Amino acid sequence: MANITLAQAVNQALREEMRRDDRVIVLGEDVGKRGGVFLCTEGLYEEFGPERVIDTPLSESAIIGAALGMAMYGLRPVAEIQFADFIYGGFEQIVSNVAKIRYRSGGQFGAPMVIRAPYGGGVKGGMYHSQSPEAYFAHTAGLKVVIPSTPYDTKGLLITSIRDEDPVVFFEPKRIYRAVREEVPEGDYTVPIGVARVAREGDDVSILTYGACVYDALAAADKAEKEGISVEVIDLRTLVPFDKDAVVKTVRKTGRPIIVHEAPKLCGFGAELSAFIAEREILSLQAPILRVTGFDTPFPLVHEHLYLPNENRIFKAIKKSIEF
Amino acid sequence: MVVQQLYKVLSDDGKIITETSYTLSKNKLVEMYQDMVRARLFDEWMLKIHPMGRVSRFPPSIGQEASMIGSIHALEPGDWVFPTYREFPVFLARKTPLQELFNRMFASKLDILKGHEITLYGNRDRRIVVPSGPVALMIPVAVGFAMALKHKGEKDICIAYFGDGATSKADFHEGTNLAGVFKTPIILFCQNNQYAISLPVAKQTASRSIAAKATAYGIASERVDGNDILAVYEATRKAAERARTGEGPTLIEAYTYRIGPHTTADDPRTYRTEEEVKKWLQKDPIKRFRKHLENLGLWNKEKEEKLISDFKEELRKVTMETEKIEPPNPETILQDVYSEIPWFLEEELEELNR
Repeated sequence: MANITLAQAVNQALREEMRRDDRVIVLGEDVGKRGGVFLCTEGLYEEFGPERVIDTPLSESAIIGAALGMAMYGLRPVAEIQFADFIYGGFEQIVSNVAKIRYRSGGQFGAPMVIRAPYGGGVKGGMYHSQSPEAYFAHTAGLKVVIPSTPYDTKGLLITSIRDEDPVVFFEPKRIYRAVREEVPEGDYTVPIGVARVAREGDDVSILTYGACVYDALAAADKAEKEGISVEVIDLRTLVPFDKDAVVKTVRKTGRPIIVHEAPKLCGFGAELSAFIAEREILSLQAPILRVTGFDTPFPLVHEHLYLPNENRIFKAIKKSIEF
Repeated sequence: MVVQQLYKVLSDDGKIITETSYTLSKNKLVEMYQDMVRARLFDEWMLKIHPMGRVSRFPPSIGQEASMIGSIHALEPGDWVFPTYREFPVFLARKTPLQELFNRMFASKLDILKGHEITLYGNRDRRIVVPSGPVALMIPVAVGFAMALKHKGEKDICIAYFGDGATSKADFHEGTNLAGVFKTPIILFCQNNQYAISLPVAKQTASRSIAAKATAYGIASERVDGNDILAVYEATRKAAERARTGEGPTLIEAYTYRIGPHTTADDPRTYRTEEEVKKWLQKDPIKRFRKHLENLGLWNKEKEEKLISDFKEELRKVTMETEKIEPPNPETILQDVYSEIPWFLEEELEELNR
């Protein structure tokens, strides 16, 4: 057991899986000697060498396409895209090849691979180092989308993703790469894909969220508690396939769901959750489904703290829901 | 700019004009010729039956048989092929049973792709990987696949087929660059058939040759008469040796011509002249190779007639057989999306069956 950060949890998951399974290969920009710009692959090059920790050209389509080819020939590639904002260079590979190879080949080939990318704002990164593009991938059949928020879950979910037979887009909340620490067991354990976590139990309002927003939701819940409002916070952990039972359970419990994410509102993942709740649990609702999200703009720099669904914005939504 | 000369082995009347490094057995020469003829007959048959409606669309390879058959025969049976939608001759050269191809063409219940796509095909058992619809996308995938072959210490190599149009896509550049950096065991085989649907190659690129693009990536190249099967064979064998001996990738430009439409959904009369097509018909790769075989005493009129009538009969029979086979079950819509069916697809399956 060691007290480690989320970035260190990524590193530990990769290292342990690479030791356990020699099919696991890491590739991406600056992942070798540099250890990745966020040091998530630090030390792997020294331990596993250039055959398994591959520094690639600056070439997102090649990184993802080549990773797919490797996966199709029995390796377990983990491709790093340096920032989620740069993933669009490989978007066609992801959407047209990675997501569809199983379907297109009638099941002859799968794509057991992981595409890791740091995502999200709050690091003064401006519009090309802060984006949350998860909805594009959630919308594409054939992909799984995983977003952890704690070091423990990061390690367990990344290990599960590497072992999964399907391609997993694994977004890591870079704002909290080093801001959160917890005790994480060394050695093998997994956290299942498709299962949410109750980050805080409560009775009056439900917040459905994921990634770094979990902490903003928890802070808002603390604030609400002082006013006597009991808030439940659900950390989805997986967007595709999301934990429908956990969503139904908390909505039935409180009847007041609020969805929180950094990505823009229009057609964001919150829209899907909102429709899901409206379709199935409309009679459980005590208040309208609310969303607290990034604005429908490119990601701003100077006022990013206002753009992000911060504690205050979430708290206002809690009040609005409870006062309905 | 110096444009690499087209490498030729056969003259238009089938005489050897360049000595080759590789000698093909008489049986191999005849087999290659037969594959070319069958490929042509297969195409003509598909164009003929397409209006009946069972075949979604068909991209003919007429005129490009030497490029396709010559290159595939230069490889080992264990080598992995990444075709485009047009490389049906490659399947015939790898002796794919017609029934299997027709199950795919008609998207019958026995189609191993389960009717999920138009007439693209791939069969892992034959080491032919199903192509993507958008062009060039499989180039980086083939490169990664070849990197995995090398990583595992296999002797097998990859060939990725693509057209002149694909060389304008980022995936061609990113994939070729990656292949060069890692000295990947792959052949990047471009059939410059002069058109990407309606766009002539002169408007696709200001480069006067596709092969020239290899220079910028630091890899070997061959520029070959794509209507000369022996030249294609020679160039591909050389490239395969380079790949197998760790010398890395080769970009081959096979200079040829698409005699037919892009697909059955295209009308080439709207963008090119009949004179141009007639000029290229004079360079028919099948006629040229037949003359060569006749010169060697390996082929004659009777053999030709028998080959044609036997294969046409086979095509007719298989067509009738496949006509009787039902389409796949509707549930196949929801299969092979994930390795296991997630809850939302289970619900959609219920909706489908309701």
